[in-house]
Amino acid sequence: MVYKFTKNPEKRTLPRMEAMAKWMKKNLFSTKGNTVLSLFLIAGLIKIFTPIFTWLFIDATWIGDAAACREGSGACLAFINEKFTYIIFGPYPREEIWRPALTMVLMFALLWWSKEPSRWSKKLVKWWAGFVVLGWILMSGGLGLAPVKSTSWGGLPLTLVLSFVGIFISYPFGIALALGRRSQMPFIKSMCVIYIELIRGVPMISLLFMSSVMFPLFLPEGVSIDKLLRAQVAIIMFISAYMAEVVRGGLAAIPKGQYEAADALGLNYFQTMRFIILPQALKIVIPPSVNTAIGMLKDTSLVIIIALFDLLSTTKASLKDPEWLGFSVEGYLFAAFIYFILCFSMGKYARRLEVEFHRGHKNREVNI
Amino acid sequence: MEERTPFWQDPKKRSLVYQGLTLAIVGGMGYYLFKNTQANLTKQNIASGFGFLSQEAGFDISESVIEYFSDETYGKALKVGFLNTLKVSVVGNVFAVLLGGIVGILSISSNWLVSRISRGYVEMVRNVPLLLQLFFWYTLFSEIFPSVRQAYNPIAGVFVSNRGVVIPAFESHPVWTWVLLTILGTVVVIVPLIFSWGKKQKEEFGIERPTEWIMAAALIFLPIIVWMIGGMPSKFEIPSLQGFNFKGGFTLSPEYISLLLGLVLYTGAFIAEIVRAGILSVNKGQWEASEALGLSGWRTLTLVIIPQALRVIIPPLTSQLLNLTKNSSLAVAIAYPDFVSVANTSLNQTGQAIEMVGLIMLVYLTFSLTTSFAMNWYNKKIKLTER
Repeated sequence: MVYKFTKNPEKRTLPRMEAMAKWMKKNLFSTKGNTVLSLFLIAGLIKIFTPIFTWLFIDATWIGDAAACREGSGACLAFINEKFTYIIFGPYPREEIWRPALTMVLMFALLWWSKEPSRWSKKLVKWWAGFVVLGWILMSGGLGLAPVKSTSWGGLPLTLVLSFVGIFISYPFGIALALGRRSQMPFIKSMCVIYIELIRGVPMISLLFMSSVMFPLFLPEGVSIDKLLRAQVAIIMFISAYMAEVVRGGLAAIPKGQYEAADALGLNYFQTMRFIILPQALKIVIPPSVNTAIGMLKDTSLVIIIALFDLLSTTKASLKDPEWLGFSVEGYLFAAFIYFILCFSMGKYARRLEVEFHRGHKNREVNI
Repeated sequence: MEERTPFWQDPKKRSLVYQGLTLAIVGGMGYYLFKNTQANLTKQNIASGFGFLSQEAGFDISESVIEYFSDETYGKALKVGFLNTLKVSVVGNVFAVLLGGIVGILSISSNWLVSRISRGYVEMVRNVPLLLQLFFWYTLFSEIFPSVRQAYNPIAGVFVSNRGVVIPAFESHPVWTWVLLTILGTVVVIVPLIFSWGKKQKEEFGIERPTEWIMAAALIFLPIIVWMIGGMPSKFEIPSLQGFNFKGGFTLSPEYISLLLGLVLYTGAFIAEIVRAGILSVNKGQWEASEALGLSGWRTLTLVIIPQALRVIIPPLTSQLLNLTKNSSLAVAIAYPDFVSVANTSLNQTGQAIEMVGLIMLVYLTFSLTTSFAMNWYNKKIKLTER
């Protein structure tokens, strides 16, 4: 570390400039056509992004009321300022907002801690289980906390609950369906194929409609379950089919020799799956299942159609405030920004895992 | 004497037992749900069945391909919704493939700016929920764009206002429907016929027929012949502002444009990713070999790389086309009267929940199955034939 500073700084600037010029020559101005194209694009980018930047930051109204916003020519960031709590937390009682906030902070901290594959252990699973219990108590009340009904959950916590709970619960269902699809037993196989193809062939909206209008008909008289739970069930049904296909991809990637070796050892089907096949297959499917999770996070926005208050619904609802009409673009951009941060970082993470796991496989091949 | 194996150690019998158990569980659950549903329906006085389809719908539909009045039946209303879904998904799929193909190729450009801009578009669009994007485009029309009198006029003859986009078009005439049908028929029937004829000629007689040219000729001339038989209507209308609305031209409603724009941009980003991955999957030696043969960059791409990349591209592309079709059901959120939207209105009016949800699922399943059937057929055609 020390010797980095002993290097002469002047000596390094020159090659750096030169390297930059070289890089530009290679990547922007390699041929006449490329030069024209690059200059044209730079001009175009400046022409498009200067007004957007001016509107969003320089001319923007940062604080004040709606009247101040209407006078200014830029974006109304005061609107975001005003509606921030509602957009993020929805109709959750104002004085209790520290509870979902704490839950989310804990969750992000735990996610951050869990992101290194080297930390994956049974202990971590226990931590997560503990978090789920704690999060449940924090969100819905109990142990001295005032009870809050799930109908007033909303905003980002609701989006996260619907998608993450959906992903985790659908995981075992997905595994079961994938194993069923590869099974030798014709009845079980056909049931699984029908389920997977049926669900994957229809839009998620139709499942959400089913949850809101058909589930109540399925239940015996007098029994009713709340809307959130019904939507969650529909989401789980939906993701399970997609998870099954992801897991099937992992199972297909396991070489036949593994099955034969397990047979030779005298392991039965469940032992083969539990100790030989699934541990390998599930590792392969972690990156693609993160991608499924991204898809789900985005798809939970559809619950707006059955009137649940997820992040998109709270954004849309706050646009309807008669005092603050006319700032939809700002509102949607803010919500898009949150979704983007979440999905983009998850996507980056999936790609990193893919590279890391791939490297692991390569090394092993070399060692053998 | 043969040793008797107990039945739990005989894989065949064991498998029968497992399947019997599954059947019992699935059947029992199905029966339980059916019983509950029946009891609930009798209590609510809802008659099941599709009889309601011939009742009067009584609601208006804002846009329609065929003529529709509110005093017509639910069946007709659903047909209108179905055609609207078809209208947005067919047009959307065509544009999404074009956009995705172009952006996918651009994103491997040697020009850093070009590839960065393409990647930037892909990352930006695919990390934000489609529904949010639809709301955003729709809000541009309802909140930002001016009224008809101050409409933007970006290109001569095209007007953008809060009532949608008006474009120049041929004056409506029944012949245009026939021309469209001819194009569709050529693609579905005549092109495959030419394809198999050319293949047969090549296999049996070793003659290479210019099938591509014949296909192109059929696609161009058959519609023209139909158009000529129909009396060659050629009156072209350029929209102009008259009073409080535009006269002439073809109006695309804000709902339709927003939905189309959202679907095309969103799916285009995913297709671009698929195309990029497909092109990158082609061995580097193929690029070098065609360079050694003296092929230009464009010819390398179209003659060597893309034909090989297509094998990797087609299967995931199929699922993207299906995704666009399924996602067109989000129309219900911005009030474009697609099938789901009309079905939802009918559901709310009649209370026929099971029938309506069943119909929605049936329609999309049909789309899915036909698309995957067609794509599988195409994929088989271009499959690598090894020695």
